[in-house]
Amino acid sequence: MPSEIEYTTLSGISGPLIFVTGVKGVGYGEIVEIRDGSSEIRIGQTLEVDEQVAVVQVFEGTSGLSMKGMRITFVGKSLEIPADRDMLGRVFDGLGRPIDGAPQVITDNMMNVNGLPINPWSREYPRDFIQTGISAIDGMNTLIRGQKLPIFSGSGMPHNLIAAQIAKQARILTAEEEFTVIFAAMGVKFDVAKFFIDSLEESGVLTHSAIFLSLADAPSIERLVTPRVALTLAEHLAFDEGMHVLVILTDMTNYCESLRELSSSRGEIPSRKGYPGYLYSDLASIHERAGRLKDHKGSITQVPILTMPSDDISHPVPDLTGYITEGQIVLERELFNKGIYPPIAGLPSLSRLMKDGIGEQRTRRDHAEVAAQLFATYAKVKRIRALAAIVGEEELSELDKVYLKFGTRFEEQFLCQGYEENRSIEQTLDIGWQVLSLLPKTELYRICMEDIQRYYLSPEEGISCQM
Amino acid sequence: MNGTVTGKIISVNGPIVKATGLNGIRMFDIAEVGPDGLIGEVIRLIKDVTIIQVYEDNTGLMPGDEVISHRRPLSVLLGPGLIANIYDGIQRPLVGISKACGSYIKKGIKLSPLDVKKKWEFTPLIKAGTNVQEGGTIGEIQESPLVMHRVLVPPGVSGKLTSIVDTGAYTIEDNLYTVDTASGTYQGKLAEYWPVRRPRPSRMKKKPFLPLLTGQRIIDTFFPIARGGTAAIPGGFGTGKTMTQHALAKWCNADIIVYIGCGERGNEMTDVLTDFPKLIDERNGRPLIERTVMIANTSNMPVPAREVSIYTGVTIAEYYRDMGYSVAVMADSTSRWAEALRELSSRLGDMPAEEGFPSYLATKLAEFYERAGLVETLSGNDGDITIIGAVSPPGGDFSEPVTQHTTRFVRCFWALDKVLADARHYPSISWIDSYTEYLHDIENWWNNLDSQWLSVRNEVINILLEDHRLQQVVKLVGTDALPPTQQFTLFVAETIKNAFLQQNSFDPIDKFCSPEKQLKLLKTILNLYKRGLELVHAEIFVKDIAALDVVAEIVRLKSEVTDEEIDKIDQYEKRLTSGFDSLKEKITEV
Repeated sequence: MPSEIEYTTLSGISGPLIFVTGVKGVGYGEIVEIRDGSSEIRIGQTLEVDEQVAVVQVFEGTSGLSMKGMRITFVGKSLEIPADRDMLGRVFDGLGRPIDGAPQVITDNMMNVNGLPINPWSREYPRDFIQTGISAIDGMNTLIRGQKLPIFSGSGMPHNLIAAQIAKQARILTAEEEFTVIFAAMGVKFDVAKFFIDSLEESGVLTHSAIFLSLADAPSIERLVTPRVALTLAEHLAFDEGMHVLVILTDMTNYCESLRELSSSRGEIPSRKGYPGYLYSDLASIHERAGRLKDHKGSITQVPILTMPSDDISHPVPDLTGYITEGQIVLERELFNKGIYPPIAGLPSLSRLMKDGIGEQRTRRDHAEVAAQLFATYAKVKRIRALAAIVGEEELSELDKVYLKFGTRFEEQFLCQGYEENRSIEQTLDIGWQVLSLLPKTELYRICMEDIQRYYLSPEEGISCQM
Repeated sequence: MNGTVTGKIISVNGPIVKATGLNGIRMFDIAEVGPDGLIGEVIRLIKDVTIIQVYEDNTGLMPGDEVISHRRPLSVLLGPGLIANIYDGIQRPLVGISKACGSYIKKGIKLSPLDVKKKWEFTPLIKAGTNVQEGGTIGEIQESPLVMHRVLVPPGVSGKLTSIVDTGAYTIEDNLYTVDTASGTYQGKLAEYWPVRRPRPSRMKKKPFLPLLTGQRIIDTFFPIARGGTAAIPGGFGTGKTMTQHALAKWCNADIIVYIGCGERGNEMTDVLTDFPKLIDERNGRPLIERTVMIANTSNMPVPAREVSIYTGVTIAEYYRDMGYSVAVMADSTSRWAEALRELSSRLGDMPAEEGFPSYLATKLAEFYERAGLVETLSGNDGDITIIGAVSPPGGDFSEPVTQHTTRFVRCFWALDKVLADARHYPSISWIDSYTEYLHDIENWWNNLDSQWLSVRNEVINILLEDHRLQQVVKLVGTDALPPTQQFTLFVAETIKNAFLQQNSFDPIDKFCSPEKQLKLLKTILNLYKRGLELVHAEIFVKDIAALDVVAEIVRLKSEVTDEEIDKIDQYEKRLTSGFDSLKEKITEV
């Protein structure tokens, strides 16, 4: 029931919040329109209501608002956006309004940006392998359709390049189906957004992508809505239209900082590093919108990108994200400095849904064992390297030296590949065997004898393959 | 006492709603809030203001909206039909919700937790005219092929059974029996309500004495838990908490499993839901789902319902315990529950203690874990609840409040190690940081199996501890600088890690390991150590021992020899002996 009353009675403005007094019939979570006399209409949302005061967060920020002369209307419902297939190929602002010069999308399908929690019973367990063409991901941290797999990066590292490469190369082996890409930028620089748009254009997927931009100069509070707007469209495309949607969210650290800003201006009790105690639940309300549903064809796969402040994985943002998402792709400064692209860290990276999406009929029967062996062996390489740094390489045993050789080959041949290089899963696993075959068979204790006999390369074969 | 009261909302702040006019409402009573009748619970009373936490999305609630309360505490409905069902935190059936409103959970939906139309085949076990006590068995229902549901006289009801129905099919709403009690006639049905925050009574608690066998070698052999015990699994993200919980829920030998997904991932619950009907329990050849009750309040579902979900789960567990069953409760993760507490207390403006958590966190944790235990039920039988709670410490740092408080109330601590998880050594339970206090409680059971058990276990642990100490040295000087005996210790420790501690929960043979096989594997490895050490003293190279085929094969025994054919391990022992003998001969020849 939209109330048409206009309020002009503000009792305070603080950060992104305004306090409206004398309100009646205003609901919690309701959308608010604020007119400051110019033609501009700002949008906000009630965070707290009692009999006297409504606390409103203003998405466009409060800059330029004054205590007098404001006209405030409560719309009587939550924030809704139009969601339609026609939105593909378009560019929107952080609140879902077109900024590409073309007119507003006309549709009757208005959807609440907050969505609703998916019933766990209605979920379909994700099992379809997505081939990204990147060995470190396909071979060891497989991406599955309907998964949420973030990239944990640090400043200066090529997370955008990797995300663009995934968007460009991702495909399903079992069927020739294309991804629809939805790209949401929160607080990133224009150049980053431009890079994504260009690379989507280059690979010809821009015409069926939708782009939501809340750039670094947009009001910080707007970023809190942007991922929700993008995911609302994704839900429509996936579960009403049956499409497979890949959602790239960058940079989630900026999102969390906006949330902290809002929380502290509300005077809430902070938990770690000033972030609000509900950061986990709030992030979950975004990331849990990925998935597949029973009796629905489509899927939502999320690849959120976040930069870890000073490369610290125990910072609240990557830490809480890691507890929500189904694994993480961690970029490592050391590999990056060595010039290895993609610098995907061997050990801390993980895909939780990998186990059910690989193996016979999905990828190849030796996939799980090869991945487990690569992880175990690389872990040992790290230990030996630490030792070699102290006692010197000469002092190592013969076997340890072989391990070191494996480590170098693994990084240079398996991990390292070009931005344009699209490897099939067979190629990835074959390279895996090439590097594993440097080791004696007895060291491959995670692989069954049968597969060792089938795939292990004798020294001559190993060399010929590498040439 | 009963009677409906109504009031009006005066303010809304997230899931916390303040209302006035609810005269006579009590703490933890249920209230229906707003036009949709959202479920909420009274959590604080200040003068005439009632503070209610709402268990559903309350967008759109406004001051002036009505609040109704029937002055009943938040309760779960206990009766046949719980098994194989999946509920949200306040026991709404997720299957029913999915049928009623599709793939998403809409607010304000109200459904009975148990199927009211389903007819259950009831067999009475006593005749009218006999005296019944609280907790006594009235009759039986085959709830699932694995679970015989005993219909009990509810706590607080005793007297003469004045009537009881004949064998036949009844719904949970049918009147089954009447009892003449001191306070009047009690009308008994198949199902009853019980307040979630009140532990169900028992005659007395007992000291646990049986191990909860899990088939996981590192747990059963090194850090066993007793039936009726408590354990915590702390670990940073990616260390395999959920995988360990899943493995325990699948293979532990409890009669009933209550799996609580508390603020965790939706897809993980789906994994349980799709896996458990397919996985066959080898002990009885039936699907695991037939002994499992699931509570799923995933991270995107309302936070207050997450807070209550662990109580819902443990109350259901107590209901089956009262029937004389052994119940295991998996709570994944108690940290999310604690965070829900923190969020709600912060909205109430409580003074925070450590890291923003309320000061009553420890009390609440203690109360929860105290609901575990081996008890003599009201009917005089034994029943037990084992609680295994996952803890998700921020940054994997065990010094944070939830982990620290939890360690005070659990007696078994399975610390997950990031380094092991990174090397994909699962279960990544650290043999250095973990501990158990149940070793002596359950010693007798193991001694009946093999009196050497404890000494074998301790010897192997000592090798691992020695290895841990030596690794510090190796980090500085390398392996080759150590004397051969210590090199051999390192080699054996590595074998223990790969052949025994590491366990693949997806391998058809390795996923479950019987206690007999565990012991046999352990003895074989210990033999390798003892005999090998003799050879090393006789100046045989460690690498020559390591090069023996049979030594390499020990690592694969776990996944190649099934529980039924463990005698095959003896052959390896023999080959080990002959391999060692030939090495010895060689050295004497030289």
